[in-house]
Amino acid sequence: MTGTSSTSDAAASQACLASGLGTSSSDPSAGNLRSGNLQVQHEQGQRQVFCGLAGIVWLHRKIQDAFFLVVGSRTCAHLLQSAAGVMIFAEPRFATAVLGDRDLAGLADCNEELDRVVTELLARRPDIGTLFLVASCPSEVIKLDLDNAAERLSREQQGRVRVLAYSGSGLDTTFTQGEDTCLSALVPVLPEAAAGTDALLVLGTLPDVVEDQFRRLFEALGIPSLHFLPPRRGSELPPVGPGTRLLAAQPFVGGTAAALIDRGATLIEAPYPFGIEGTRAWIAAAAEAFGISAARVEAVTAPAAKRAAVGLERYRAQLAGKRISFMPDSQLEIPLARFLQRECGMELVEVGVPYLDRRMMGAELNWLPSDLRLTEGQDLERQLDRLRVDRPDLTVCGLGLANPLEAEGLTTKWSIELVFSPVHGFDQAADLAELFVRPLNRRDRLAF
Amino acid sequence: MQLTVWTYEGPPHMGAIRIAASMQGVHCVLHAPQGDSYADLLFTMIARSAKRPPVTYTSFQARDMGADTAELVRKTLRETVERFQPRALLVGEACTGELLQDQPAALAQGMGFDCPVVPLELPAFTRKEHWGASETFHQLVRTLLRGQQPRRLDPVAEGRRPRANLLGATALGFRCRDDIAEVTKLLDSAGVDVNLSAPAGASPEDLLRIPEADFNVCLYPEIAQSTCVWLERMFKQPWVKTVPIGVGATRDFLIEVGEVAGIDTSAAIAAGRTRLPWFSRSVDSTYLTGKRVFIFGDASHVIAAARIATEELGFEVVGLGSYSREFGRELRAAAERYGVEALISDDYLEVESAVLDLAPELVLGTQMERHIAKRAGIPCAVISSPVHVQDFPARYAPQMGFEGANVIFDTWVHPLMMGLEEHLITMFREDEEFHDEAVASHLGSGKLSAASAEPSPKPAAAEPTASADSIGADVAPVWEPEAELELKKIPFFVRGKARRNTERFAAERGVARITVETLYDAKAYFGR
Repeated sequence: MTGTSSTSDAAASQACLASGLGTSSSDPSAGNLRSGNLQVQHEQGQRQVFCGLAGIVWLHRKIQDAFFLVVGSRTCAHLLQSAAGVMIFAEPRFATAVLGDRDLAGLADCNEELDRVVTELLARRPDIGTLFLVASCPSEVIKLDLDNAAERLSREQQGRVRVLAYSGSGLDTTFTQGEDTCLSALVPVLPEAAAGTDALLVLGTLPDVVEDQFRRLFEALGIPSLHFLPPRRGSELPPVGPGTRLLAAQPFVGGTAAALIDRGATLIEAPYPFGIEGTRAWIAAAAEAFGISAARVEAVTAPAAKRAAVGLERYRAQLAGKRISFMPDSQLEIPLARFLQRECGMELVEVGVPYLDRRMMGAELNWLPSDLRLTEGQDLERQLDRLRVDRPDLTVCGLGLANPLEAEGLTTKWSIELVFSPVHGFDQAADLAELFVRPLNRRDRLAF
Repeated sequence: MQLTVWTYEGPPHMGAIRIAASMQGVHCVLHAPQGDSYADLLFTMIARSAKRPPVTYTSFQARDMGADTAELVRKTLRETVERFQPRALLVGEACTGELLQDQPAALAQGMGFDCPVVPLELPAFTRKEHWGASETFHQLVRTLLRGQQPRRLDPVAEGRRPRANLLGATALGFRCRDDIAEVTKLLDSAGVDVNLSAPAGASPEDLLRIPEADFNVCLYPEIAQSTCVWLERMFKQPWVKTVPIGVGATRDFLIEVGEVAGIDTSAAIAAGRTRLPWFSRSVDSTYLTGKRVFIFGDASHVIAAARIATEELGFEVVGLGSYSREFGRELRAAAERYGVEALISDDYLEVESAVLDLAPELVLGTQMERHIAKRAGIPCAVISSPVHVQDFPARYAPQMGFEGANVIFDTWVHPLMMGLEEHLITMFREDEEFHDEAVASHLGSGKLSAASAEPSPKPAAAEPTASADSIGADVAPVWEPEAELELKKIPFFVRGKARRNTERFAAERGVARITVETLYDAKAYFGR
């Protein structure tokens, strides 16, 4: 199984599934756990979240020569097209190998079938450079070994196409975790960095415009060598080695970070580059790892930070004092809550996360108020009960809940947009705040 | 294993959710992994529902699987019934739940709930969404009507108008909301009352009143035919089989209603007002004559569309098909009427290759055919589910009845280039603003995609087989540069057809090089 080795529950339970053990790593229903001075409430029950397959929706746009082949059921195919099918594709870069009754009967047959489907696909799309075989709930339950299949198919393609496997199943992954497992699958094939080279590797999908901004900032700081994972093309993989310093731009790439650490890289602990404060601390942490002076950081970041403060002020006025709740969705909840509270003056009512990866969230947790109601996991109906009692001014939630909550008179911000918009860095700080202002603003504008 | 780029239907449990979400007081519990709740989005986003669909998922994850997933099912059932107090409970599994074999339906039946429990067998690896909806509706009606006896109904003796049930409309159904309104109006004009509409808008108590109607109207056979057949057998309720999409079908529908209800509907037929016949007869529509159209969708909408296309708009049907395997016989019969072979397939790639091969001037299909049409640069209109958010419009937009015919006329003609523009582009080919590569000017500015106008420049799914076939067979004829240039002078929407005909003409006569002469020889031979 294409595993992650992060400390999260989900990853731990994935390991349980792989080894056939049935015990959960922790008793999720049991009360509270202290994280620093923060109380974390655990919940288990019905979940209203995407599975990791949803990551394909942005990954296939980012990595331009990659194709994502889900091995799963009609449900998986249906999920993908429901999420992405509103765009009209002349040449979509994702598809599903839908398992039938015949495939469930015997495993040997399944591998032959997969080879046939992949051959058919590659004949149709000779432009594919990297093919991801993406495992789903059904393929995991029947224990179809896609890692092996990927190796076999890679061999057969003789270097023409790189075939890799990862899991996007709902059993193992929640929404953005699908990007983590995808990038983890790339780690073993990254080239080895030449000995003695120091490089910064920025981890996690960023919109192209944001990537370019960060590139300019890091170059101005004098970072010797800079790479991004994922790259824009599967053929342009960044090197990794003992001189590689990892800087996570997204909080959900814990498994990938762990895999890179195994290859000698070191992780720079930092908060995430949301808002002015977060971005400055993020860049400063990278600079420190390369021995660049604080004065240099200040000189390089000051103009952008100053500009961002001007842009943010307008929205801060509209957000200050407003109460906000987050339903669990993408792992962005904690850094965004931190930004909204510290830089926009919002009051945090409840912050829900699908899982809490303490290693990746350490720097962020220190910035949260100690009396925060932080919930890991979900018991949907009970969480909605709390929400209806709280009645926050703004609720961040998925699209399955947004309209029904609006109909109950609660103003919502649909959370998926936060994954699909340029929101990182100084020059997006105001845009990020605007995303939360917009629904409030709209409610004020509409007469009926 | 089937390579699936797009799927025409969701899994069968999606059909079960559609039934629950259509109704009041019905809740569905699904044994499904975390993530399967994406299905809620189809209701809240695509159909813009203001409430969550009444579904509870067990949301099991990897860590639950070694433990007692059956206990998780029981806990979910108990809490769901307690919280929502449904008046009928549907219990089933999604595909991964099916693999675990926890038998949630059997568990639910043993838990002593007050409400009726409908166990759902939804074989996710062999059946699909419409089957799931049809089966769920059928099982729900059977469960609720168990023990009821057929009544003797006689509207004349009771001194009332005949009553009909409208069966088959569901949440996420294509234009169901407005079709129900239009058919209700239509029946009222014929002197027939609607007893109830189901599943859309009905409660379990409403379903208990099904036998009070004199007959059933099967509006969406994919959803309601099996229920209508069962009701006919058990309750002696006759049912109306004509789906009233199109002017002719609407008239036939009213005639059939008259026969089934024992009333005279000729006045209602005469009074029916629709603009389609005049719009289609007006000289502006002359250029529509013989437009080559490819039709794909669910069986009912395809059969209806083919009749409208030929009898009411004067198109030529060059291809017809459906993903509704359950209606293969009806589809083949329809295709035979238009001299084509029905393509009965749920394989998107097969449909794509048929479209690229036939090179029609208009595609009438689903959301999926819009992808194909974009790739091929062919105008396209949507006639059937699956559809996306833009096909759940705010405005009144039925497909059925006389108003439905008006909507259809506008929708189908809109994507075609308008008459004057079509003439001028054919006459003058080098205009900077109006030219081949541009989209029709009434559709806004811009260029067609790179793949446009000349279908299939890139290797298509069918090509590997095609080239394999041609080894040993005749080598494909080569185009002389002048002939290629001449071909470009043929309007883009018929150019694909002309290329194909010319190549066929050359191949059949053993002509190795296609000249301008060959092109015109082929044109004379095939016509147009």
